[in-house]
Amino acid sequence: MATPDSKIPPGPLETKWEKFKFDSRLINPANRRKYSIIIVGSGLAGASAAATLGELGYHVKCFCYQDSPRRAHSIAAQGGINAAKNYQNDGDSVRRLFYDTVKGGDFRSREANVYRLAEVSASIIDQCVAQGVPLAREYGGLLANRSFGGALVSRTFYARGQTGQQLLLGAYSALCRQIAAGNVEMYPRTEMLDLVVVDGHAKGIVVRDMVNGKITSHAGDTVVLATGGYGNVFYLSTNAKGCNATAAYRAYKKGAYFANPCYTQIHPTCIPVAGDYQSKLTLMSESLRNDGRVWVPKKKEDCGKHPTQIPEEARDYYLERKYPSFGNLAPRDISSRAAKQVCDEGRGVGPGGLGVYLDFADAIQRLGENVVRERYGNLFDMYEKITGENAYKVPMRIYPAVHYTMGGLWVDYNLMSNLPGLHVLGEANFSDHGANRLGASALMQGLADGYYVLPATIGNYLATVTGKKVTTDHAAFKVAEAEVRARIDTLLSIRGKRTVDSFHRELGLLLWDKCGMARTEEGLKEALEKIPQIREEFWRNVNVHGTGDSLNQSLEKAGRVADFLEFGELMVRDALERRESCGGHFREEYQTGEGEALRNDEEFAHVAAWEYAGDGNTPIRHEEPLEYETVKLAVRSYK
Amino acid sequence: MNLTLRVWRQADKKSPGKFVEYEAKNIPEDCSFLEMLDIVNEGLDQSGIEPIAFDHDCREGICGACSLVINGIAHGPERATTTCQLHMRHFSDGDTIYIEPWRARAFPILKDLIVDRSAFDDIQKAGGFITARTGSPPDANSVPIPKQNADEAMDAAACIGCGACVAACPNSSAMLFVGAKVTHLGLLPQGQPERTRRVLRMVKTMDEAGFGNCRNYYECEAVCPAEINASVIAMLNREYAAAVVKDTVSTV
Repeated sequence: MATPDSKIPPGPLETKWEKFKFDSRLINPANRRKYSIIIVGSGLAGASAAATLGELGYHVKCFCYQDSPRRAHSIAAQGGINAAKNYQNDGDSVRRLFYDTVKGGDFRSREANVYRLAEVSASIIDQCVAQGVPLAREYGGLLANRSFGGALVSRTFYARGQTGQQLLLGAYSALCRQIAAGNVEMYPRTEMLDLVVVDGHAKGIVVRDMVNGKITSHAGDTVVLATGGYGNVFYLSTNAKGCNATAAYRAYKKGAYFANPCYTQIHPTCIPVAGDYQSKLTLMSESLRNDGRVWVPKKKEDCGKHPTQIPEEARDYYLERKYPSFGNLAPRDISSRAAKQVCDEGRGVGPGGLGVYLDFADAIQRLGENVVRERYGNLFDMYEKITGENAYKVPMRIYPAVHYTMGGLWVDYNLMSNLPGLHVLGEANFSDHGANRLGASALMQGLADGYYVLPATIGNYLATVTGKKVTTDHAAFKVAEAEVRARIDTLLSIRGKRTVDSFHRELGLLLWDKCGMARTEEGLKEALEKIPQIREEFWRNVNVHGTGDSLNQSLEKAGRVADFLEFGELMVRDALERRESCGGHFREEYQTGEGEALRNDEEFAHVAAWEYAGDGNTPIRHEEPLEYETVKLAVRSYK
Repeated sequence: MNLTLRVWRQADKKSPGKFVEYEAKNIPEDCSFLEMLDIVNEGLDQSGIEPIAFDHDCREGICGACSLVINGIAHGPERATTTCQLHMRHFSDGDTIYIEPWRARAFPILKDLIVDRSAFDDIQKAGGFITARTGSPPDANSVPIPKQNADEAMDAAACIGCGACVAACPNSSAMLFVGAKVTHLGLLPQGQPERTRRVLRMVKTMDEAGFGNCRNYYECEAVCPAEINASVIAMLNREYAAAVVKDTVSTV
């Protein structure tokens, strides 16, 4: 078992990034256009990287499965983006943002990476404002802030409930400028189906044109994956329907390590599941917890009553009771688990007893309905559209749902995989959030990686690229293309009896049940037995209509679900091997007397990086120890 | 509820299309319009018919991918609502529902209900940005922006780029879309240096793509899921007129 080298620079935490940048290799401006960079994904990380690298003069090709780069799922992020600006003079600093993020991640992230993230956070806000992102302002014209879960300062910048939309449209506009300037070639409606490795280096990708079905190859000096997370492995999640793990999983099968796949974030404030037909879950921004109070009835018998009929003294504001200092703003993993606990006790509300109230009555009384409408109007509207209920009059019903995945492809401090030439950004990598991500940190990380980190580190790899350029004539491309075609032909030739979605649902239910908010050794072992059975039936009995050489949405879905059916097993295996509870990974065997997560720092203060060992073989688990030089490992308390 | 659907089916860009009738049975009224189509598609799939192709992604009303004309109205009967956020409780048992793609010369149909909206990206590339090199921009608070301006810029910036405005306009005008971007960037101090260039280039590209001009039907505003106000078109016209004058003067 080898230890993957994180390449964290030596020296004090505060100067690591500065020193690293100085020591990094630079590429002469005149030579940059000779390097071609392939970027897959056009969300915050992909679009910001493509725009910045294009602007620096590199030759960039950017791919996305959507019909326009503007539709990447970063667009759906609601609440905000953190930055250590201390504009509110409330005691914030780079160090505090760093500390909150490490603690929020339950001490399972890399100190150096998180410190760098906190350092560049302030520049992100400057950059976005310069691009014309209309962040919320106060009457005096300065930027406004709100507070978010897991923090005692107001450092979150926002644009109503559409922060992700505005930041993405900012990055998209910068990308458009580079496309128009000829520095970036954009390939929308194009899906990456394999990674091509030449002499041990990632040198290209195989893609399918989703309109005419053509399979083609693209060669580059380096490949950058910014393809988001794998939350859709659960079928129901807050991700967009198209979000998938194929690009990352293909890279894993070509030798890139997959780190901490068991770290999945279950977001506490989502609209509860209403029926079997449900195709996705909708998040209600965590920012609602600034003014909304979470409660359930104290007694089971009251659960059927109309919420306004339940008097104050019969309500259990359980977050305020259990975590008095953070209250309704307790971090996501803790809030989700608390909701599950009260529902498991039979005190849940709404259909199936799987819901808790998020009540704005106090805020409306204190601030007036207008102020609440101004802060959260679009969220209340969205809630009403979906549920048919008016949350100004009756409390919202919410329940946790799969939202974000902290695990991802393993990367070093350069954001490069163990597979040389492969860089991974944003949610697709694993590096910054540990076992739990704090609210408003995903947008920060995506943009930090794309605008600031990768442009500074990419030279370290590119400077090592010498000799003859690899082209798509290389045999490795022909082999990869042939494999992609063969897989598509197989999927189209099975003509079985079950739909693709039925397999995806079956897998999702199993994972939610056994590898969701709470996990046990027994349940995980059961899942490890069942997933191969579902996969076996899929390849025997799935029905995919149409042809490969046309727009075929069933075929697109089938390829993604086939990869989820393999990836799900890796996730469960990682959850089984991590015999502790931390952040979003809660093993029932490891908890305190009060039902809180019980970490095992002696044995598990490390990153688990999985190496593919061939189909049918158990993957190899590598460990990268996490060394805490600045932060003291502590029991995470929000009381 | 049980419904009769009349859905536009078209194999590809070149083939002729036609309405095909399908029964949608046992549809729960709490499900969304797209989930209703999912249920119908599962049924088609099992009976050996190729499912209906339609664009969709986030299913929470923000990505702008979904795009259906439902009973003649872009995004259907609910105001300020994308197709993905339209729920079946707004229909009645026994209804017949017509489902068509966006129809505009600049948005060619790719398959069934899916159209090609890349003309919008082309307009954006022509000038829908502020040139701000990634690096060390001024501190975000160095230029205060009055709240009202910031709020109005945000109102315009809320456009989701779905193209319903074009689909609803008898003239297939994209001026609500273009006006929204020109207004958003034009209201901010950071957007001033490129103000003239921006509007000239975006309008030129819009014309070349084959979109029509605004004739004051206000259909765009009526169907816009992001509630973009038609006043952005007035702003676009003013900006364009001023830009043409400036441009003429500076080239004389």
